[in-house]
Amino acid sequence: MINSSSDNVKKLNSINRRMFITGSLKFFIMVGIVSRLFFLQVKENKKYLTLSDKNRIREWKLAPVRGEFHDYFGNVIAGNFEAYQLHVIPEQVENFKYVIYRLKDLLELSDSEFKKVLKKKKEIKPWETLIVSNNLSWDKFSKINNHLYDLNGVKPVISISRNYPFDENFTHIIGYVSQANEQDIENTELIKKNFVPGLKVGKIGLEKSFEEKLIGTNDIERYEVNAYGRRISQLEFQKGKKGQTLKLTVDTEIQKLANELLKDKAGSICVMDIFTGEVIAMHSSPSFDPNLFVFGISQDNWQIIRNDPMKPLLNKTLQGRYSPGSTLKPIVALSALENGIINTNFTVRCTGKTELYDQTYHCWKKEGHGYVSLRNAMKMSCDTYFYEIARKLGVDKLSETAKKFGLGKKVFDNLFEIEKDGLIPNTQWKKNALGKGWLLGETIITGIGQGYIQTTPIQLCLMTAQIANGGYKIYPKIVIDDKDKIKPSDYYTPLYKNSRNIKIIQDAMFGSTNEVMGTSYRSRIDDPKYQFAGKTGTAQVKKITERERELDLKTSEIPYEQRDHALYIAYGPYVNPRYALSIVVEHGGNGSTTAAPMAKKLFKLIIDRHEIRQSINEKKYLEI
Amino acid sequence: MYQHTRLTNNNFGFFQKFRNFDYILLICILLLGFISLATMYSTDGGKILFHTKSHFIKLMFFTMMMLFISFINIKFWFSIGYLSYIVVVSLLVWTYFFGITSSGSKRWMDLYFINLQPSELMKIFIILCLAKYFHRMKLENVNSVYTILTSLIIILLPMGLVIVQPDLGTSVLIAVSGIAVLWFAGINHKYFIYTMLGFVISLPFVIAFLKPYQKLRVLTFLNPDKDPLGAGYQIIQSKIAVGSGGIFGKGFLKGTQSYLEFLPEKHTDFIFTLFSEEFGFVGSVVLLVIYIIIIYRIIAIGANSRSYFAKLFCYGFGAAIFVFITINMSMVLGLLPIVGSPLPIMSYGGSSMLATMIGFGIVMSARVHSQQLIA
Repeated sequence: MINSSSDNVKKLNSINRRMFITGSLKFFIMVGIVSRLFFLQVKENKKYLTLSDKNRIREWKLAPVRGEFHDYFGNVIAGNFEAYQLHVIPEQVENFKYVIYRLKDLLELSDSEFKKVLKKKKEIKPWETLIVSNNLSWDKFSKINNHLYDLNGVKPVISISRNYPFDENFTHIIGYVSQANEQDIENTELIKKNFVPGLKVGKIGLEKSFEEKLIGTNDIERYEVNAYGRRISQLEFQKGKKGQTLKLTVDTEIQKLANELLKDKAGSICVMDIFTGEVIAMHSSPSFDPNLFVFGISQDNWQIIRNDPMKPLLNKTLQGRYSPGSTLKPIVALSALENGIINTNFTVRCTGKTELYDQTYHCWKKEGHGYVSLRNAMKMSCDTYFYEIARKLGVDKLSETAKKFGLGKKVFDNLFEIEKDGLIPNTQWKKNALGKGWLLGETIITGIGQGYIQTTPIQLCLMTAQIANGGYKIYPKIVIDDKDKIKPSDYYTPLYKNSRNIKIIQDAMFGSTNEVMGTSYRSRIDDPKYQFAGKTGTAQVKKITERERELDLKTSEIPYEQRDHALYIAYGPYVNPRYALSIVVEHGGNGSTTAAPMAKKLFKLIIDRHEIRQSINEKKYLEI
Repeated sequence: MYQHTRLTNNNFGFFQKFRNFDYILLICILLLGFISLATMYSTDGGKILFHTKSHFIKLMFFTMMMLFISFINIKFWFSIGYLSYIVVVSLLVWTYFFGITSSGSKRWMDLYFINLQPSELMKIFIILCLAKYFHRMKLENVNSVYTILTSLIIILLPMGLVIVQPDLGTSVLIAVSGIAVLWFAGINHKYFIYTMLGFVISLPFVIAFLKPYQKLRVLTFLNPDKDPLGAGYQIIQSKIAVGSGGIFGKGFLKGTQSYLEFLPEKHTDFIFTLFSEEFGFVGSVVLLVIYIIIIYRIIAIGANSRSYFAKLFCYGFGAAIFVFITINMSMVLGLLPIVGSPLPIMSYGGSSMLATMIGFGIVMSARVHSQQLIA
């Protein structure tokens, strides 16, 4: 008994000692756990709170509302409209098959469209939105709304989308928008930032150039989502900003007339304010309807546009490179005067052709013009006269003057990425580009705007404007921008050596339009309010053979692709001029019969519109 | 004479037994039950759904059972020490052959009204068995080779049966329960130190024998960010939930990690994470304090017990509960690799609660019959 009790005491001592050790150990472990809790929940709380928010909050961006384009008078030329769309969220549909076939019937979807929808459905998660139809007509939209009672999960949605109310009228200025592709996203940071499926971005024209101003900012919806990405509740809706609205310098009425004049023809018309450089109208024909591209163009329509022999996709005003033909003559004459090669009394005898350096150069008038002075040579567009002065002048001096007046160089800098430089040749250029020496014969034909020389219609318009304003440098523009208040340092600096020379050229151009024997005499307007001065041009597309010269065919007898381009440059009114224009009609035959009559119609409208334009300006100042 | 009167006093009446109850322990257990119910309600998304209902019923039933157990004389529990061990071992064997397979392991036996996990019961009954084994042993015999071998077999047999299920976590916890009793029984501390050293040295070899998913868990524990959506997902999300709770928590029913289903196994092993997210550091510490009070009361009851068996059981059970809690918490706090180990009472799961409540019941019985001597 004593033994056992002493053993009990020992056992008790042992177990109590060990309990004490265990207790201390437990204490330290507890301290460890509490400090771990403290570390996670107090010290690192911010970090984990952020991570938890990242887990549960997800943003959905909605397509931003794109800025509009207005013309000079505030008419919307590229705006937004409410597109009626049909969305389905598959998981909210009890019987998807039934609903989708019902929709197919109601919307009269074709089999290929229907297949496309089914394919899209497979690609998305069941709680994501399936867009069944992008742009429904009001009839179909209201039909769907009437049938909504048995279309569970179908949502008629009104979505904001691009719309061009003037269809093809402005296509070559503002371009068009379409679904953003990978390239767009990669190349523009702002598109990447604002991207949402279905975002439309500018593909060409001003829509593309001003993408960053037009795009606006997304509406953002913040949702709480669960671990599987399903939306649980909306936390926030952040309204985005509409893109900036851009005001253009163009006049819709004149633009529409330009469209009308060039209907069924290939060519270009542009009209410019000779003092401000504002482009009043700029049209390249044929054009196409940009609305076709907004929701993706159908294959058929695309093939029609692409395969049109008149090349609607080509912006002829900016991209078309034409020999200026006789429209270069004012510059040739001016260059000769400026360089002191000739004076107004210089006379040449035209016999219809002239032999130079073993080559025969023909004047357009077989019988010849007889003795011609500078003024008459311009008026009647005598080629022989200009062969002679070009020979005396030399191509280098000619190219210098031509370049000074805006030929051979992009007019809008980088505003339109498609714009072409054109080409004003000189001896140095030929040596560098072709590795051959300049031939004197080439100078001769450059004198009448043929040969290597290539200009775009917008360059011809700028050249005319700068002659019309008395020979001062202007910078053409098409978008009214805050940046315009800072004028370049050489803005309105004189381009001439002697202002009298400009007057001589202006006078000669007046003669060409308003005096008997002038090449565009038949298109003149006698009323001094509308009276304009101009110069015709006919640019050969190919070299005329001797045989063809003998045949002397009428334009209509020549195959279309071989007909000459018809050109016309003009400015008006002659007294106190304000506007300049250039017209190119591809394969139009003859400048005086095809292009000049268009100028007559244009000037009538341009000058009538002038006062309205001015009044808008005054109002603008009053508002300030 | 004195002893005699004490003995007569111990001729317990029903109300005497009631008076002998440890009310602090009882209140703490009920409080814990209440907290676990509230947390379960939160895992159901603030609605009384399956888990909440089921947990409530189990809680009621097993609390009644605990009270019933505490009225049974501690002598009875001593007497069934071996028998209960043998019964549970046979249940494990039965499970091995006829158990229900779920998520790759055969842990459950189908009892028609409840699916029982015998391995959970083993956590308690191994303590009971070993406490009985060492009760009468003289201290000088404790360190004999025969004793050590016998006790090792008692531990290793159920461990082996659980490992083959396979369920590494539970088998480790069974081992811990057993070893705790050995430690209190007075086995030379050298053996523990040697075993520990041996374990550390053999660890690389053990890892080599682990199943691929177990190896992955160890690797994930070492570097959870390696595969954040795969194996590391649980631990990363768990840490985010706890960490984002902050000092005062996100508020009851406002734990975004849990109700948006980022938390894995939130009803069972990760229940503390959810609690911690909603109630923050303060709530977590309060919960820990409740657990500490429970453990303290268990040890106090052991200290006040006259019988060596009761002492051993209480100390052993106290240590085991402590280890269960710390392993579960360390696991969800990213201090230990993920092993399946529920948080006593808090976690959803009948077998675990049954085992814990039996343990509490025996402890309470030891308290009620604290003056009971066992021959």
